[in-house]
Amino acid sequence: MTLLSTSAQAAPPPRRQARFRLRKEALVGWGFAGPFVAVFGLVFLAPIGYALYLSLFQDRLIGGTSFVGLDNYGEALTDPRFWDGLVRVGLFLLVQVPVMLGIALLAALAIDSGRLYGKTFFRVTIFLPYAVPAVVAGLIWGFMYGTQFGLVGNINDALGVSLPDPLSPSLVLASIGNIVTWEFVGYNMLIFYSALKVVPRSLYEAAAIDGAGEWRVVRSVKLPAIRSALVIATIFSIIGSFQLFNEPSILQKLAPNAITSDFTPNLYTYSLSFSGQQHNYAATVAIVMGVLTAIIAYAVQLRGMRKG
Amino acid sequence: MTTSMTTASTEPTPSPTGPRAAGTTTPPRARTAAPTRRKRRPHTPLNPRPSIPLTLVTGLVLLYTLLPLAWLLINATKDQKGLLDSFGLWFADDTHFWDNISRTLTYDDGVFVRWLLNTLLYVAAGAGGATVLAVLGGYALAKYDFPGRKAVFAVVIGAVAVPGTALAVPTFLMFSNMGLTNTPWAVIIPSLVSPFGLYLMWVFAAEAVPTELLEAARIDGSGEVRTFFTIALPLLVPGTVTVLLFSMVATWNNYFLPLIMIKDPDWYPLTLGLNAWNAQAQTAGGEAVFDLIITGSLLTIVPIVAVFLLLQRYWQSGLAAGSVKE
Repeated sequence: MTLLSTSAQAAPPPRRQARFRLRKEALVGWGFAGPFVAVFGLVFLAPIGYALYLSLFQDRLIGGTSFVGLDNYGEALTDPRFWDGLVRVGLFLLVQVPVMLGIALLAALAIDSGRLYGKTFFRVTIFLPYAVPAVVAGLIWGFMYGTQFGLVGNINDALGVSLPDPLSPSLVLASIGNIVTWEFVGYNMLIFYSALKVVPRSLYEAAAIDGAGEWRVVRSVKLPAIRSALVIATIFSIIGSFQLFNEPSILQKLAPNAITSDFTPNLYTYSLSFSGQQHNYAATVAIVMGVLTAIIAYAVQLRGMRKG
Repeated sequence: MTTSMTTASTEPTPSPTGPRAAGTTTPPRARTAAPTRRKRRPHTPLNPRPSIPLTLVTGLVLLYTLLPLAWLLINATKDQKGLLDSFGLWFADDTHFWDNISRTLTYDDGVFVRWLLNTLLYVAAGAGGATVLAVLGGYALAKYDFPGRKAVFAVVIGAVAVPGTALAVPTFLMFSNMGLTNTPWAVIIPSLVSPFGLYLMWVFAAEAVPTELLEAARIDGSGEVRTFFTIALPLLVPGTVTVLLFSMVATWNNYFLPLIMIKDPDWYPLTLGLNAWNAQAQTAGGEAVFDLIITGSLLTIVPIVAVFLLLQRYWQSGLAAGSVKE
């Protein structure tokens, strides 16, 4: 009560006081947000600016560093090694992301439906691989994929069959997709499940009274209600696909012939700058990838948020 | 907080219906309970009946999740010979589990322990710092109207779309010029910023801290800092735990950043160390230590999995509140 009356009294303050109040709020606000913004500037904005700067130069054996304008961009856009990697992650994205999100969505709906025995066990266990480092996931699956001493080899020996080699050039992309799916199904499931949890239960009741079956409720109530979670998960997955590095980098040691140094754009960037010392060109490729990723993520967001 | 309540209210529902479906174990109770419930509470989306087929189908996902973890656990009990000779999903004749652990911890003058301590340092400083910055920043974005607020938010959200790895090369060169590469700072400083954590805290603080409460504290003469610590922070605990856990996982599991920043094995985190052991096995003349890689992998995931399981009640409620808004 006191609270209400005092704030009501404070409601029409004199102009000067209001301005003072605003200035103080600005100071306090920046005081709290300042540390984050400062570090953010150092580790996000400064490198972006530096990369843009680097991309305008070339380091030649003769003549040293010289300004070349947009030459590096022209080179990147016509570089077959870059395009091959881009097409590869594009293909990966089109197959792996729908599979992973589909499984995650089904698991989330199943757990949310309340029709599972041991639903907490399901929820916690399916999420577990998210806590497993990509390095460890890559190593485990890499060993399991082995046709000589790995699990695939074991199965071949035990059953007298010869399964295709998951680490062969033709299958290695799918094998990487499997690892990434394994790592992130639970994470996405949890995002969807958390979104489902906060859908008002009364909606289900209303739908049931209207005679809607379970599938109808899923289609007409649950999916629209978690639309933004679906969009966010899709965007994160797209960004993740374009950034693909850890899993192929780990498997590269087990399958050096199948995974080349330009297997994904990120591997290409990495090998350009750390084995090839071509920092300027590496920065250019990184920027082109960043812009592409941002455009696609933005397009998905626009499409996803549009109603209907 | 809504979640923990709804979880509490929905979770008991399956258990009364459980005995009926699993009728063979407790037939008397099931017989008496079943008819009344069938009459009064028809099967609706709000009062579902556990389904065996659905459990089995979802069980396939569970199996997929557990298979590699089971493989890891089983093979951590084998020596190199056992790894080659025995079936991957079953135990070898003799177990070397404790022997493997002690050899992993002592191999190469106990370098694994050094990597573990490095990882703990990176997690404590990096994830701890990231959480502090995200909580302060998210609170400011949610509760103060300051000039530039919208710009901060737009830039940070935009930054989520910039591939972290795209920044790696220029960050490396920058840090190299500053003399920070090959030091723990090169791993800790970039870990301090978590745009996702800031976003989560922003959404969480907007909901969990009523503005009226802050107004009341101000009127009572409490300074902004004191208000934050005594009033806002306790309300922000579930969101803070969520951000802390996700930052911890990100830092514990970080591979790319230390890979480019750290050359000296003495500063490796566990992920880089395991990778180095794996690379060593592939090089000519290098000692193959697959048994140590496997046991080391197990030792690497146990702490982080344990933290997740222990704190799951807290972080899941924080995540749920965070995912409501767009």
